[in-house]
Amino acid sequence: MRRLAAQRTFPGWPEERGDIKKKIHITLNGEERTLEVFPYRLLLDQLRDEIGVTGTKEGCGTGDCGACTVLLNGKPVNSCLVFSGELDGADIVTIEGLKAGPELHPVQEAFRQDGGAQCGYCTPGMLMMTAALLKENEQPTEEDIRFALSGNLCRCTGYAKIIQAVQRAAEVMRERK
Amino acid sequence: MKRPEPFEIFQPTSIQEAREIHAQHGPGGYFLAGGTDLVIAIKEKGLLPRYVVDLKRIESLSGIREEADGSLVIGALTTMREVETSRVINKRFPFLAQSAAEVGSIQIRNRATIGGNIANATPSADVVPALLVLLAQVKISTSSGEKLLPLESVFLGPGKTVMERGDILTEIIIPPASVNLRGEYIKFSPREMMDLAYVGVAVALVTDGDANVCRKAVIALGAVAPVPMRARRAEAVLINNVINEESAERAGVAASDECAPISDVRSSAAYRRHMVRVNTKRAILNAASGRPENLPWLARRERRY
Repeated sequence: MRRLAAQRTFPGWPEERGDIKKKIHITLNGEERTLEVFPYRLLLDQLRDEIGVTGTKEGCGTGDCGACTVLLNGKPVNSCLVFSGELDGADIVTIEGLKAGPELHPVQEAFRQDGGAQCGYCTPGMLMMTAALLKENEQPTEEDIRFALSGNLCRCTGYAKIIQAVQRAAEVMRERK
Repeated sequence: MKRPEPFEIFQPTSIQEAREIHAQHGPGGYFLAGGTDLVIAIKEKGLLPRYVVDLKRIESLSGIREEADGSLVIGALTTMREVETSRVINKRFPFLAQSAAEVGSIQIRNRATIGGNIANATPSADVVPALLVLLAQVKISTSSGEKLLPLESVFLGPGKTVMERGDILTEIIIPPASVNLRGEYIKFSPREMMDLAYVGVAVALVTDGDANVCRKAVIALGAVAPVPMRARRAEAVLINNVINEESAERAGVAASDECAPISDVRSSAAYRRHMVRVNTKRAILNAASGRPENLPWLARRERRY
């Protein structure tokens, strides 16, 4: 994967300190990796700027918008609020790891078919959160869906299509069982 | 968005080790639980840790267990999502599970911890009023040994607690409660989700049979004083009285008289005071009428006396 060194020169990016680098083992999208990380670097930046997996987006940077949602040990979290130094032994799944094989994940397919994405910026987070919801709850009500997605902001769709897509994905996943 | 400046992260596996690391490395160290407040303090409030001690690898700090005497022990590093979904908490104290579910989003609650919510001492912390009405105690590991304190005595002001540098909050203990205890937590905020409480009201009642005579009443308020507070005058209104519209209204008035809200970006002090009156009354009547089994959590907004 590409290393996006140029990204790390924007104003306000802290000086690096090699002497406090920490070796961690993680599983990223099913692939085991050993990384030397700056412990103070956020998981979001580790993914995007160090590893070069850029599907995960940064919205607010403070855990309000959900654009940076990834699965950490199977649970959805805001990757903008997790330090790399906490990650030894972690299992991380990003949007790149959602589908297994060539076919889209049912959640991705449903969002595509129902127009659950417009500008697309919130979409990776929406998809990860939806996948997490459907793993716990095969038959979510509209209220369950609104509750689960309340930490994912979308400024385009007005959410109607997103909720429709989540319901369709749930249906497809139930049928496939 | 600002990025954290360099610092080291330590991951001790025991409380003892955490305390030692903190003592050895001196000033500028911060304990890390879920990080949902610490990272934001670094990004938005200019906090510059020299080092961070991550407490998440200390297994004894997590989990919920029932003791033989009926008390409930919640490890300080237990996440809000674990509190929200815990079977025992949902069965015994559904309003406590609900108060945890009121915090942020699922993503936040998978990280944020109940101990962090207490140690940060935000006046609007949602779980605190619910814990106060359950007369919760907290265990704190200090340089001079373990201390057990009533939760109410922990808070000194916004962001300030009795805990000193190097102290670690380890457990929250809910003492044995009457099986007849009924509670309610109302988070009043204009948005359904992702907002702080403008006013938080928790009520726990024990009543006598059908007569609805109140034997025990504990009321706690959030976001309307420098610290989460008990509303003792409102409690006194209810004790040994029949709970009805009239007594609940009087208790609401008492609570709004004894709280000390400020005006800020969210609300004026006068509006908060009025909402304390309304929501205290509502919480009392809701608690007294009992919470239906398996109440979908959003249904609380439809529940009215």
